[in-house]
Amino acid sequence: MTMMATATDVLEAVRAIPDPEIPVITIEGLGILRECRLDEAAGVVHVVITPTYSGCPAMRAIEDQIARVCRAHGLRAVVTSQLSPAWTTDWISPDAREALRRFGIAPPGPADADAGAGERAPRPVSVMIGGGRHTVACPRCGSEATSVISQFGSTACKALRRCDSCGDPFDEFKAL
Amino acid sequence: MSEKETGAAYSAYVLGLADDALIYSHRLGEWLTWAPALEEDMALANVSLDLIGQARSLLTHVGSLDGTGRSEDDLAYLRDERDFRNVHLVEQRRGDFGQEMARMLWFSAYQKALYAALADSADEQLRAIAAKAHKEVRYHHDHAAQWVVRLGDGTQESHERMQAALTWVAPFVDELFDDSGAAVAAAVTAGVGVLPSSLRSPAQASVEAVVAEATLTMPATPKWRSRGGREGVHSEPLGFLLAEMQYLPRSVPGARW
Repeated sequence: MTMMATATDVLEAVRAIPDPEIPVITIEGLGILRECRLDEAAGVVHVVITPTYSGCPAMRAIEDQIARVCRAHGLRAVVTSQLSPAWTTDWISPDAREALRRFGIAPPGPADADAGAGERAPRPVSVMIGGGRHTVACPRCGSEATSVISQFGSTACKALRRCDSCGDPFDEFKAL
Repeated sequence: MSEKETGAAYSAYVLGLADDALIYSHRLGEWLTWAPALEEDMALANVSLDLIGQARSLLTHVGSLDGTGRSEDDLAYLRDERDFRNVHLVEQRRGDFGQEMARMLWFSAYQKALYAALADSADEQLRAIAAKAHKEVRYHHDHAAQWVVRLGDGTQESHERMQAALTWVAPFVDELFDDSGAAVAAAVTAGVGVLPSSLRSPAQASVEAVVAEATLTMPATPKWRSRGGREGVHSEPLGFLLAEMQYLPRSVPGARW
């Protein structure tokens, strides 16, 4: 195998690593892979990832998986976790959004404009982020008549909703 | 002062923020299997997980700032009660669900204002942690607000108990916004921290708005208030909490899991 082929292969393989909790999307599609670069001379792949949530328990699993993939290509991985700029659901790719929907998870709406750290002035009663106004379509039947059961679902990044048309409960990827 | 000395001087300020998140995370974790519904078990565990993530980042940062090189685990598991710098609010024993929502309403309102203000911190790492955490605590505040409204504007029983919960939490609130102590002074001088008193007005405004929506009233000024947490003087429940939290690493030093 030539060096060029290795470079392309290993970078492709890292980008294609599935998210441990939502295996239908890749870490690149989720937007947590911030950088991936091969230092051929040193035989090292430098990877920068960012957590979705501060306490995301999948980070360690993702680091291990990156190291395994690089080892399989005879290379060493140096994985850095970077907090800034903070991850936002706006970084999830269109393909990944479609994959989420097919998997039964409603993709996130646009991250709230005032979600940034610049918020200062108190707002009127913030009962329900976004005022509960955004519509979320049921990933199964497509109906937009759905309601929130809980803002915290099976993982930190998901909310639990119910479809008022087909009656099924489903996960929604929360805008962050 | 050298950069190193400045960092050491304000590390106690960052430690206070870290310990608030760590100890409240532990208290919320205690709700697992005790919440009113399965969905609420998960919600409280998720809030707890966000807080433990924030505590890990903050403690790791403290270990590098104070020059001791202590890891997040050293700081969480190998310090004694008097070395913890959290406020009394977060160490209080789990009460009823209304009390937990009253505590979360105030604490998340405080954290929301705090992390927003730290966006201008001169400490780059603290700025990054705050920007990330701010997005998370908005959801915590939202969650508490919805429950306070639901319980306050619910049945007579839930209304009375939610009102009692606001009275219960009141004596612990002032400590969050207390400017005294060398740690705050050092952090503010270095341009790293914010005066806690400056967070009172935005935090109180968001709590008051929720309380009004919930058809409840803000309790009268309490007759006593907690103090001393930032200096390591704690109330009785913290020792018991630490005994449980630190049991394994203390009994089996160096254990990995």
